[in-house]
Amino acid sequence: MRVLTFSSRNTKEIMRDPLSLFFGIGFPLVLLVLLSLINRSIPKGQGPDLFEIEKLAPGIAVFGLSFLALFSSMLIAKDRTSSFVLRLFTSPLKPVDFILGYTLPMLPMAIAQSVVCFAFSLLFGLKLSANLLLAVVVNIPIAVVFIALGLLFGTVLNEKAVGGVCGALLTNLSAWFSNIWFDTSLVGGVFSTIANILPFSHAVNAARAAVAGDYAAIMPELWWVIAYAAALTAAAVAVFAAKLKKN
Amino acid sequence: MEAIRTKELVKKYKDLTAVKGLDLTVHKGELYALLGVNGAGKSTTIKMLSCLTRPTSGDAEVMGHSIVSDSVRVREIINVSPQETAVAAKLSVRENLEFIARIYGSDKAEAKRKTDKMIEDFSLQDVENKRAATLSGGWQRRLSIAMALITEPEVLFLDEPTLGLDVLARRELWHFIESLKGRMTIILTTHYLEEAESLSDRIGVMAHGVLCAEGTAAELKEKAGTDDFEEAFIRIAGEGVK
Repeated sequence: MRVLTFSSRNTKEIMRDPLSLFFGIGFPLVLLVLLSLINRSIPKGQGPDLFEIEKLAPGIAVFGLSFLALFSSMLIAKDRTSSFVLRLFTSPLKPVDFILGYTLPMLPMAIAQSVVCFAFSLLFGLKLSANLLLAVVVNIPIAVVFIALGLLFGTVLNEKAVGGVCGALLTNLSAWFSNIWFDTSLVGGVFSTIANILPFSHAVNAARAAVAGDYAAIMPELWWVIAYAAALTAAAVAVFAAKLKKN
Repeated sequence: MEAIRTKELVKKYKDLTAVKGLDLTVHKGELYALLGVNGAGKSTTIKMLSCLTRPTSGDAEVMGHSIVSDSVRVREIINVSPQETAVAAKLSVRENLEFIARIYGSDKAEAKRKTDKMIEDFSLQDVENKRAATLSGGWQRRLSIAMALITEPEVLFLDEPTLGLDVLARRELWHFIESLKGRMTIILTTHYLEEAESLSDRIGVMAHGVLCAEGTAAELKEKAGTDDFEEAFIRIAGEGVK
């Protein structure tokens, strides 16, 4: 009950910030429109196939989720630097309540982001099928990865620093190593190895497999992302608990 | 009955010992003011008693519960009004109050009932649906204290409750704090000496992490050999520093 109360408060804090809505939903849609229009003006077969709507839509859906790290980090950092958190730290809330309370409101947002992205992609030729619903579900583990990263950074950095780290650095890094904008295997070498180690390209590959109905290809990619999600969430709880003790 | 009893309470931060073996007793229903110049150790003491930080050694009991081994229970029966205004900026006044009531275990109906009462007690009717961020400093402070009281704590920590308030708002808050006396145990920290003198049943003066003197305002004045409370504080705290 306490977790739900806390997460309800956090939902209101995020939803009442218009910038969150713009970056979470508006910005990825702008990219989707621009890239689709560019792709349309390129003769068939001559443009990169990554920008075909069947590949672009799941990629943009994952990219949009990277902003969740910014929301969760800003929220936790803002709370930490205000006296409001002192009030919460003296309340019966436990570290795990805090992390769940910050995470739970983000999940419906993540699902809404993916749904809006795929729905919008229908206007650009994406075929409506049950696979799109599957892709929304497949995107949940990477959403948890971004949320947990945000909680980790929000716990250790101040409000200004998390804006830079999660708003600029993380969104860029996750985009470069994601397979969304270019095929990381074509770069080769260390870059390709790092892309394979990190969860971002695996998440995009899993979402693309879901949209394409290539069910057998989903789980081998998704396990990678699920492992990261579990490890990062556990790390967020541990770091938050340590920070709480250190006060 | 004792509401708070500290036993050889010590808090060290690297080379600095902020609180040095504090033995302090606060009776149930008492309003106890903790005074001291900056760095005296009063904020650290409050932090330990409200389970925000663990003592390096020693222990304290709050309503019979150890702050070291039973901090979960202690958190359920205390509340704190921090020095700076502590409200959720994007929630309305009503939402802030209901939120705090619910994280302390009230169900929806009970949270609403308690919120209605706090809104009435603190005359918040005109601003109840306004977001906290849009309120003036005085209204935010009033809300912040209402949020500490809505859980009906057995022990309430008021850290500089009237800091930054104008004279009228301060007097109004004094009256409200006075009306709470006897209903709960209140630990008050303040730099306004007239506030401590006017409101407190007993006053403790800390300096350099040690409790230098303790008693009613009259007893402290007598001890310092002066009729002026500010002068008495300066003499006691000054001696403690030496």
